[in-house]
Amino acid sequence: MAGNGKGFRIFSNIVLAILTIFAVAPFVLMFVSSITEEGTIMREGYSFIPRDVDFSAYKYLLTGAKGIVKAYGMTILVTVIGTIANMALTMALGYLLSKQDLPGRNFLSFFVFFTMLFSGGMVPSYIIWSRVFKVSETFFGLLLPNLLMSPFNVILMRTYFTTNVPKEILEAAEMDSCSQVGMLFRICIPLSKPMIATIALFSALAYWNDWVNGMYYLIRRNDLSTIQYVLNKMQNQIDFFRQTAEASKIAKTTDIPSLGVRMAIAVVSILPILMVYPFFQRQFVRGIVVGGVKG
Amino acid sequence: MVFVMKRAAASNAYRKPSVKRRLRKYWPLYLLALPSIAYLIINNYMPMVGLILAFKDYSFADGIFGSPWKGFGNFTYLFSSKWAAIMFRNTVLYNVVFIVLGTLFAIFVAILLGEIKHIKVRNFFQAMILIPHLVSMVLVAYLVFAFLATNGFINKGILEPTGAKAIKFYTAKQYWPFILVLVHLWKGFGFQSVVYFATILGFDKTYYEAAVVDGAGTWQQITKITLPLLKPTIIILTIMAIGRMFSSDFGLFYQIPMNSGQLYAVTTTIDTFTYRTLMEEHDVSRALAAGFLQSVLGFILVLGTNLVVRKIEPENALF
Repeated sequence: MAGNGKGFRIFSNIVLAILTIFAVAPFVLMFVSSITEEGTIMREGYSFIPRDVDFSAYKYLLTGAKGIVKAYGMTILVTVIGTIANMALTMALGYLLSKQDLPGRNFLSFFVFFTMLFSGGMVPSYIIWSRVFKVSETFFGLLLPNLLMSPFNVILMRTYFTTNVPKEILEAAEMDSCSQVGMLFRICIPLSKPMIATIALFSALAYWNDWVNGMYYLIRRNDLSTIQYVLNKMQNQIDFFRQTAEASKIAKTTDIPSLGVRMAIAVVSILPILMVYPFFQRQFVRGIVVGGVKG
Repeated sequence: MVFVMKRAAASNAYRKPSVKRRLRKYWPLYLLALPSIAYLIINNYMPMVGLILAFKDYSFADGIFGSPWKGFGNFTYLFSSKWAAIMFRNTVLYNVVFIVLGTLFAIFVAILLGEIKHIKVRNFFQAMILIPHLVSMVLVAYLVFAFLATNGFINKGILEPTGAKAIKFYTAKQYWPFILVLVHLWKGFGFQSVVYFATILGFDKTYYEAAVVDGAGTWQQITKITLPLLKPTIIILTIMAIGRMFSSDFGLFYQIPMNSGQLYAVTTTIDTFTYRTLMEEHDVSRALAAGFLQSVLGFILVLGTNLVVRKIEPENALF
């Protein structure tokens, strides 16, 4: 806006600064409590100001907690495999639908699109994946249900291929007897990098942050836990003790990690996201804009 | 917008090669996309078929097609629970509050972002308010816990120093409608603001230049130019949100209250009820009936709202 109000501009800056604090402050509280000595938190409560600084929670994560390191590895594994598979599936179908004269194109487009209007919901989905395909208590339970391909991304990909890859180039490639699959790899993918990066980013974020699949499909097996699942499970145990009263007394006698360790795990779980975020901020904003206005 | 079947068909009216020749040309692409299509069938279409289980007496041993029919038994059973009415009320009421407050807040922030001329400063603010959108609801539950626990920041940092009595938030349900709305706004306001802000960036600058020449102040520019130009976007996004009236953010209502039993009256939505009956109480019949209603009512709403969008703003209609 080409405004002329200096006062309003200052007001905007101040309010946005306050909103920035509003958005970030809870993370500061979490980080500070992860480096505060256990007894201090118990006695004096959570605080924004570091007191009795103590890194033992992190030391414990690195040395004592094999489960956490393993869960971290599992998160990375499922994120990498899931994102690669997701991109392959999304691009293959998006590319097919981008062919204007494809026999059956309208039917296939509708086939993809209809899943955005109507969904069977969690219960039948759970029954199909767990009873028919038996993914429960396996790695596939984390990988396959719901996250592997988003129909919305397929349509975004199709639209990007049709609008951003000039027809002339494809026709010229056809003259040079380039195969249809070759065109995907040699022309369409190189010309669609921004959209591919955006979809990959959102897919990776979805896998990294997912705890729902773990909750539905990994009920007994702890060795496949991801970091989100560990966070979720620790919390359920605390719920359990809180609901059976006397939480603090019982908690000490069991193997629930201490407050500091729990907060340290939480910090570690978002560290990679925050570290790569500055580099992918543009793709992230683009993804929000295309997804938000149209989806 | 996303879907332009009719137009695509019209543009294909030029003489195209026979179906047989096109099939020969494209068959490797069908093959390449076969796994994607199979995934949609398994992940999306089979659960749709699975919805018929809402009318059956499902048992693992008999399977989806083998289980005996039960008519509306599951539904009468669902509504014999007091939670049926509560979950519908909560789901719809929270959605109404989220839509109204979320939209107002997002537009406000988007207008503020538009006032920041320094691009680096603006990008910084934008990046910061988007951070809550990056993290999972499980993690947010930990953040909220640090504020609301008995030794949390609110009790030990605010209430006790001012002499007020400590509050046991996780057993006091009267606070939770506010807490859940606040957490929802915290996590989502950056996202929504950026969507509106992107629309504002697209506006023709000459409107504002002309307004300045005519002596319009900032307030007049906002009320006379920005808001009227935003109106179509606001209407479309709101209508689409109404289309999702029967869905709720499972993470928000399950993780943030830490599934605390004393809070169920104000935290149970269709999604948390379905999860609890299915996975904790193993009461498949109720879960199936609740899930069926959510899917079908949601579908009807999406179709209905799309009809409305097509009347107001045809190019924004989904189909």
